[in-house]
Amino acid sequence: MARWGMVIDLDRCTACQACVVACQVENNVPPAGSVDAARGRAISWLRLVPLDGREAHGTRPALRLVPLPCQHCDLPPCTPVCPVYATQKDEEGFVAQIYPRCIGCRYCTTACPYTVRDFNWRRPEWPAPMEQSLSPDVSVRPRGVVEKCTFCHHRLQLARDQARAEGRPLREQDYVPACVQTCPANAMAFGDLDDPRSTVARLSRSPRAFRLLEELGTGPKVVYLSKGEWGA
Amino acid sequence: MPDHERHDDERLFAPVMRVGRGFWMLAACAGVLGFLGLVAWLVQLRRGLSVTGLNVPVYWGLYITHFVFFIGISHAGTLISAILRLSNAEWRRPITRAAEVITVLVLFFGMGCILLDLGRPDRALFVLRHANLRSPLLWDVIAVTTYLTASTIYLYLPLIPDIALLRDRLPQRRWLYRPLSLGWAGTPRQQRILHRAISVMAVLVIPIAVSVHTVVSWVFAMTVQPMWHSTIFGPYFVVGAIFSGIAAIILATAIVRRAYRLEAYLKPVHFDNLGILLLVMACLWFYFTFAELLTTYYGAEPSHMAVFLSKTEGRFAPSFWTMIVACFVVPVALLARRRTRATVWATVVAALSVEIGMWLERFLIVVPSLSVPRLPMEAAPYAPSWVEWSLFAAFVGVFVLLYAVFTKLFPIVSIWEVREGRDRSIADVARRVESYLPDGGAGP
Repeated sequence: MARWGMVIDLDRCTACQACVVACQVENNVPPAGSVDAARGRAISWLRLVPLDGREAHGTRPALRLVPLPCQHCDLPPCTPVCPVYATQKDEEGFVAQIYPRCIGCRYCTTACPYTVRDFNWRRPEWPAPMEQSLSPDVSVRPRGVVEKCTFCHHRLQLARDQARAEGRPLREQDYVPACVQTCPANAMAFGDLDDPRSTVARLSRSPRAFRLLEELGTGPKVVYLSKGEWGA
Repeated sequence: MPDHERHDDERLFAPVMRVGRGFWMLAACAGVLGFLGLVAWLVQLRRGLSVTGLNVPVYWGLYITHFVFFIGISHAGTLISAILRLSNAEWRRPITRAAEVITVLVLFFGMGCILLDLGRPDRALFVLRHANLRSPLLWDVIAVTTYLTASTIYLYLPLIPDIALLRDRLPQRRWLYRPLSLGWAGTPRQQRILHRAISVMAVLVIPIAVSVHTVVSWVFAMTVQPMWHSTIFGPYFVVGAIFSGIAAIILATAIVRRAYRLEAYLKPVHFDNLGILLLVMACLWFYFTFAELLTTYYGAEPSHMAVFLSKTEGRFAPSFWTMIVACFVVPVALLARRRTRATVWATVVAALSVEIGMWLERFLIVVPSLSVPRLPMEAAPYAPSWVEWSLFAAFVGVFVLLYAVFTKLFPIVSIWEVREGRDRSIADVARRVESYLPDGGAGP
């Protein structure tokens, strides 16, 4: 069984936020509007968070913007606390959210140390004609439930169907999330962390590799690469 | 019938027999607050949690604060009265019921807070259908419902003889009292069974009460969030709960005493004793708070320090220092001296101060840890909306009203227990003291 993971090279990332936009479009994430955004209620499955860092070969401190999707932890702190099994880690390591089951208690959102889970404060709305360009592969979430990054799980299902129709095994390049596909700086990679020949496995063995809040024992499946020093 | 018993009947039955102007004024005020809360609730049902002040990352706010606060107050009754009963504290007799009613009523409001907090209240019963026993929230559901059941039984059992008294006095309300009195006639066999049942429940209720607030704390402590993930939280919450519970008993008995002119039953000595309990709990609370803060400060882990500093010198500093003053400085200053403690007003002021302080304590546990997440994010500070405040006001108003309604249906001071104290306990206590002495107190 594959263990899907992502690598983000911060030395290549330009913080252009193309990944953020690609994610919103791909996953039918509604635009928040300025009022809700100012109140801290914009839904975003992938945000750029400012972290203190130091550039490589220098002591100059720098504020760096780091793309932060759900880390799809191997030991997620968010899933055991759900009172109704609305969020679980599946056998391929995706931390999934079941919208029709979620009661909206937001225990998972408070238990997540990365704060990457979002809540639907109101009914999602799209200004015309945006509602006509919603993706049919991703369900629109109702008001009052929690949602989160899925690593574009629907793309895996499509790729699998495709491979099955063509009578061949799934290849590494068949399945990439929208953010990885979009990154103009080629700073993101995606694949099976357990396959030693995959790009992500090779990159995650790099001396530049680190994981966010690794010390909490969550086992994040998003690996960052950087020559500089980082601190949260 | 001896004279003092007739006197007994007069004073203690009076609130049940007559409904005065004060009650209707209270009902009107509570009705207004209740209506305001209903409007707020309908607005929230229609527009979702967007009408609250909650945001990312402060996903929990006043509703969860009030959940912890109300469940804490619920330790007033059942736990305190159980301890006083089991320890044969004779002064307990006129206050146990006033305390137990608080417990049963306030638990409903605690559970109501959770319902208010749900994004999908229509799916609330999923916690039964799809119960995940690994979730501390589910432990809460189990603990609180167990506590509600046990404390309702524990309130009801000592009510039975008094209901029988009312059944015989108020023929127009026989429809209510007759079935509830379960055919009580005060036979020696019935008395034996009742005393036994009360003792069993008193013992049973103590571990349940302790577990309830421990589990409430575990909702926070089981996460890895800064200043939530603390081993001290279970006992810390239990101490805080008993603390705010005793303060609630003092306030309730003071109001009942004043409203129903029960000075002869709820005497300064009762407030003196409750004041000593409150003083002890203030010291215990301070000990726990100090231990918690010093450990965090000395360890100085950055993510914990961010929350710590937001409390001691940051955005939450005014609330934090008010809490320290209200929970420790004020009660200790008022209650440490016998002279001030002996006056009822000082104990009442201390209790009021403790309630305010404990409300702040609950708020300061829930909100700051969420406001300063480990990974920095652009966040607007949490400011509760009118909907959240209105629902709190409505809960408090309706709670006070239901409490008043209870005093109109049942005697708020246990009549038979006061009589039992007068008829039997004086001799019992004398015998007990004699048994402590050498030669059974006979002396040389």
